[in-house]
Amino acid sequence: MKQRFLSCVAGGLFAVTALTLSAGLAAAETELTVYTAVEAEDLEKYASRFNEAHPDIKINWVRDSTGIVTAKLLAEKDNPQADVIWGLAATSLMLMKSEGMLEPYAPAGLDKLSPKFRDAANPPTWTGMDAWVAAICYNTVEGEANDLPIPTSWEDLTNPVYQGHVAMPNPNSSGTGFLDVSSWLQLFGEDGGWGYMDRLHQNIAYYTHSGSKPCKDAARGEVAIGVSFAFRAAASKSEGAPLEVVIPSEGIGWDMEATALVKGTDKMEAAKTLIDWSVSEDANRMYNEGYAVVAIPGIAKPVEHFPEGIEEAMIDNNFEWAAQNREAILREWQSRYDSKSEPKS
Amino acid sequence: MADLAEAKAVGVTAGPRGRAVKQKTGRDDWLMRGFMLVIGLYLLIALAFPLFAMLSKSFEAYEFRLQHVEIELWQDGAWSPAETLQDYAARMEGPLNDGLVPSERTRIQALELIPKELREATPRYRFRDLSPEKEMILYDGVLSQDESWLEAEAENLRRVLIRPVAHFSAGNYLRYFSTPTLRQSITNSLFISTLTMLIVVPLAFFFAYALTRSRMPFKGVFKTVAMMPILVPSILPGIALIYLFGKQGIINWVLFGADIYGPIGIVIAASFFTFPHAFIIVLVALSISDARLYEASTVLRASRWRTFWTVTIPGARYGLISAAFVVFTLTITDFGSVKVIGGQYNVLALDIYKQVVGQQNFQMGAVVSMVLLIPAVIAFAVDRQAQKRQVALLSARAVPFSPKRHRRFDFAMLGYCSLIAVFIAGILAICQYAAFVKLWPYNHTMVLENYDFNRMDGGGWSSYGNSIVMSLATAVIGTLIVFTGAYMVEKGRGFQHGRSAFQLLAMMPMAIPGMVLGLAYVFFFNNPDNPVNFIYGTMIILVVSTVTHFYTVAHLTAVTALKQMDNEFEAVSASLKQPFYRMFSKVTVPVCLPAILDISIYLFVNAMTTVSAVVFLYSSDTQLASIAALNMEDAGDTAPAAAMCMMIFYVNVFVRLLHAGATRGIYTTTQAWRTR
Amino acid sequence: MTDSISTPQQDETGHSYLVVRDLTKNFGDFTALKDISLEVIEGEFLCFLGPSGCGKTTLLRAIAGLDIQSFGEIHQGGREISTLPPAERDFGIVFQSYALFPNLSVKKNVAYGLENRGMNRAAIDKRVTELLETVGMPEQGSKYPAQLSGGQQQRVALARALAPSPGLLLLDEPLSALDAKVRVRLRHQIKDLQNQLGITTIMVTHDQEEALTMADRIVVMNHGVIEQIGTPEEIYRDPASAFVADFIGQMNFAPGTIAEHGGVRLGDIELACEINGFAPGAEVTLAVRPEDIRFDPSSTEGGNVFKVRVAEIEFLGSFFRATLESPGLGSIRLIADLPINTARRLDIREGYEIAATIPPEFIRLYEGEGRSG
Repeated sequence: MKQRFLSCVAGGLFAVTALTLSAGLAAAETELTVYTAVEAEDLEKYASRFNEAHPDIKINWVRDSTGIVTAKLLAEKDNPQADVIWGLAATSLMLMKSEGMLEPYAPAGLDKLSPKFRDAANPPTWTGMDAWVAAICYNTVEGEANDLPIPTSWEDLTNPVYQGHVAMPNPNSSGTGFLDVSSWLQLFGEDGGWGYMDRLHQNIAYYTHSGSKPCKDAARGEVAIGVSFAFRAAASKSEGAPLEVVIPSEGIGWDMEATALVKGTDKMEAAKTLIDWSVSEDANRMYNEGYAVVAIPGIAKPVEHFPEGIEEAMIDNNFEWAAQNREAILREWQSRYDSKSEPKS
Repeated sequence: MADLAEAKAVGVTAGPRGRAVKQKTGRDDWLMRGFMLVIGLYLLIALAFPLFAMLSKSFEAYEFRLQHVEIELWQDGAWSPAETLQDYAARMEGPLNDGLVPSERTRIQALELIPKELREATPRYRFRDLSPEKEMILYDGVLSQDESWLEAEAENLRRVLIRPVAHFSAGNYLRYFSTPTLRQSITNSLFISTLTMLIVVPLAFFFAYALTRSRMPFKGVFKTVAMMPILVPSILPGIALIYLFGKQGIINWVLFGADIYGPIGIVIAASFFTFPHAFIIVLVALSISDARLYEASTVLRASRWRTFWTVTIPGARYGLISAAFVVFTLTITDFGSVKVIGGQYNVLALDIYKQVVGQQNFQMGAVVSMVLLIPAVIAFAVDRQAQKRQVALLSARAVPFSPKRHRRFDFAMLGYCSLIAVFIAGILAICQYAAFVKLWPYNHTMVLENYDFNRMDGGGWSSYGNSIVMSLATAVIGTLIVFTGAYMVEKGRGFQHGRSAFQLLAMMPMAIPGMVLGLAYVFFFNNPDNPVNFIYGTMIILVVSTVTHFYTVAHLTAVTALKQMDNEFEAVSASLKQPFYRMFSKVTVPVCLPAILDISIYLFVNAMTTVSAVVFLYSSDTQLASIAALNMEDAGDTAPAAAMCMMIFYVNVFVRLLHAGATRGIYTTTQAWRTR
Repeated sequence: MTDSISTPQQDETGHSYLVVRDLTKNFGDFTALKDISLEVIEGEFLCFLGPSGCGKTTLLRAIAGLDIQSFGEIHQGGREISTLPPAERDFGIVFQSYALFPNLSVKKNVAYGLENRGMNRAAIDKRVTELLETVGMPEQGSKYPAQLSGGQQQRVALARALAPSPGLLLLDEPLSALDAKVRVRLRHQIKDLQNQLGITTIMVTHDQEEALTMADRIVVMNHGVIEQIGTPEEIYRDPASAFVADFIGQMNFAPGTIAEHGGVRLGDIELACEINGFAPGAEVTLAVRPEDIRFDPSSTEGGNVFKVRVAEIEFLGSFFRATLESPGLGSIRLIADLPINTARRLDIREGYEIAATIPPEFIRLYEGEGRSG
């Protein structure tokens, strides 16, 4: 009985392990480890569309929020695990470029990209995919219940009526959070920007780890207002959440989702194939399913639930400045606002 | 030499003749020592070395040694005399790097150090690295390797970055204690843990009191319900509290406008997941008390109240102390519930997570870990003392107490237990309900959308499979290691020092918070020079970390079972010239089978629910269900997180039932010998 | 005390099977065995007897190799085994706790030591059946230990120990956990079995009755040294030390002084006896067994007669025990056992005065101030 029990357990364990292993082995010839911050729900779509064109390359995704993926890549600098980065903030890629972690590569069809959407160097170390823009998610039900007017600008959010009703992402871990902060510093100037955040901080209910959470929380009415990004806002709205997506009048911060080749990969051919496809028109059309602004001009069609005028509202973002000052900005932010214990109000 | 000294010392008292005798090491002894060496080595590699690696990491600080970088400017057709960057920095007005403390990845742009006027007049620069360590200059992604000059055109000056150099110092600690927000976490952690302790211990005590001292009905049900929180990850109560008391919570009016995000939420959540631990300890303490004392008390006409204070409480005192410290430790080391429901409230465990995952500041993570170790170790030490005394009480010959019927009292106890049971079951029920709701609170249509984990962060359904595989492996491998190790300690012959050292190592994991252990693993195993580096990022490291994290309780269970076996079995077996492993497999294992099953179920359930031991160690291929729930909640997918938590609950319930069945099966079939 | 170690006696008929030489065992600062030497004759039944903590079990475990001695040698059957681990020695052992494997049936317990030695199933079965018959339990083979009585369990343990036909049988307090009646019965069974098999046997016990009835020779131990080795009769009749005298049987002790012309002075009374080389005036302890004090009203002459008063008398079933006082003895009280017949004949009651006699050959003298009996 005892032996039978143990052998059952061992046998079961073996079977499960074997299944897991064989499932991995049965796959395509080349496997690429791709680091990404693309929304989890899109990963399957991205992989399968790519596989329609290149069924022989399997993508193994490593997904996390922008800050985490960036930190992970930097931490693995001496022993890189990723072959390709597909869908990470351009500011993060710039940082990696300065650390010498990326392999310059000019993908086929590079010339079709808008000049904004590529590294200026030749060959470029990264190529853009789409613009990922800030937006405010406003829950109409909670807004009404709490007598909160719809905000129309960033400045509106500092209105004391919103106290405890606003959630925003922590820029240390969230790419969305960082583009918000860097855009405010660019819009309002360094002093004005920090002053604005000081006032905004008074209204913040909590800072989240992820950039989508403020909007998802707004969709659930857990907060009335979530500072998030347009893709998430539109997605939540289309799921039936009582949301209004607001593009603040001062202009919105944005970042590019971009693609790059990791230096030292031993799967260069497959990696280049993936990057070639990532700048293709097919890929751009796919990006357009969730993002209003994509790298190849003239391809984008309006996206459902996306507010109008996004492209006009996008600020003239100085990525170079943002990338170079990233650490200093984050530390400053942390020392000012990451004191969750500080009694607010 | 040692022999000689020994002989001399003895010579005074006993006057022996001849040489001191040393027993020849037999085949069995060699084998046992071999096993013990292997398992001792396991504990060293899985525990002692990583902790040491972490300790040294906490003393790793960075600084810019600008005096080691020489710079020359091309001016008027010639290179200017060489100066170090330190000279330029000294002439700067503002503080270097905005006064920020350098970390591993801080960089200074050479540009910042050179005054604007000078830059306008300089078309070309050259740098060289004179530091003994090299790799101080990063130019266009390339590190300086030697002392040769690196030339940069003016437009490329911004690409010249200076890297800091690592050195040993207590600087991280100084920084930690001089940062008020970090320091505040110590107070917060102590406050939360003490408050939870003060709430849970009385609650658990009266629950156990009702079960042992009243004749109320449904005792079995209450006991089962009370143990349920063990089967879920600690983030579950946090999620449930959002649905109960959050902004859209169904009964948030209970809080009168107070915010559930913060200390209130943390304490309620901690009360939920620490309750069964306190309850079971107090239950044991109350079960052993002696009926004769109660009889004596009745004869003396003491009131129920007086009996309670003079008999019940003193009899259970060590149990109460032990329960208090277990609750304290569990609360102070947990970060799952704080992460979900803590709001703006910072505690030590969360700080580790934020430093490591949020900011990738591993050094500071190590410092916070060391700080968190202190209360955990103290609580552990107190608990061990209390447990020992409790055991001493246990061995006294006591007559079991059987309570008498007492209508009003029984009814009151039933009411009290029902309240607790409703709270526990309610937490689980609300999670299950929320997991089915389409869009809380606006659309309560029942759907299965939230189970579509593949569309969420955290690794999808495969993380669930991974968790089950990982838990099975932990249960099987862990039981094997733990039981064999306990056997060597308990039944081995000779080799006394080795066995004591092993015992000490086996007790250590209990004092080490899971996150601290996990972080220590990052430092130790994620090092290319480590020969076992290959396990990093694999399932193996998750199993190792989980087995190690839960080693102590499993070890104690095994030791207790082994202690109940006759000490002379090994002697008899040896006299019959049978190798010890035959004895081990034919007698020890079968006799201890119930305990072995207990150990494996304990390991399985904890492996399913643990977050803290694995949160720094999982990789994209080895995502786990509990971590997936954490990450989904983190990304705002609260309902799917609740769904995943409940999936963990169900597999644990299933395995628990299997275990109950197997145990019963063993008792009726193979353990016939237990009944007369 | 160390002076009183007896040298091993050797029976002319047998030869030494087990030789222990200068054995010392230290536990830290504590010396559990001090320079123990003894020889065990082939086929004999030897008992280690002594109070708890005297070192008897330690000595047994050293012989078994379970707790190895700190110094000294052990030879068994001509082979030095001093440093061998238990598995490489040749003995069977039975413990007080029986130490039967609870999950194995009686048969499997007995067969345990027979397996793994190249014996085939049938041979093992045969041997097991034979052994179970030998210990008188042929029908109980398929039961589990928990289903047996204590005495039965101990017999199974004995069968198990004997199964591989060891050269030496070690019994560590084998009867101490049993009821009084079972204990007496098992004594005989073990002794008979030992006789029948002729196996050299060492038994540890703290029960003198057990030792006296079972052993061929007894080793009396105290504080880690051997006080005396001898046959039960020798030990009882001629205890080598006050300790042995006290430990075995009942004994009166009284402080005395050696008289000038031989004999010993006890209070005002002078008793003739062998003085064993004590000098006149030496302080000694006189020891006399209660059954050796005689009452003979007719004989008032001859030596060692003195008047006593019966202070108390106790009926102990097969005999009477009288507590005696005498003005000549001062505060010393003696205990005397007298057969029922004698007591009836003399009509001894409390308060009676009578003449008591202690024949000189029953008086033993030990060094030093007396111990109270």
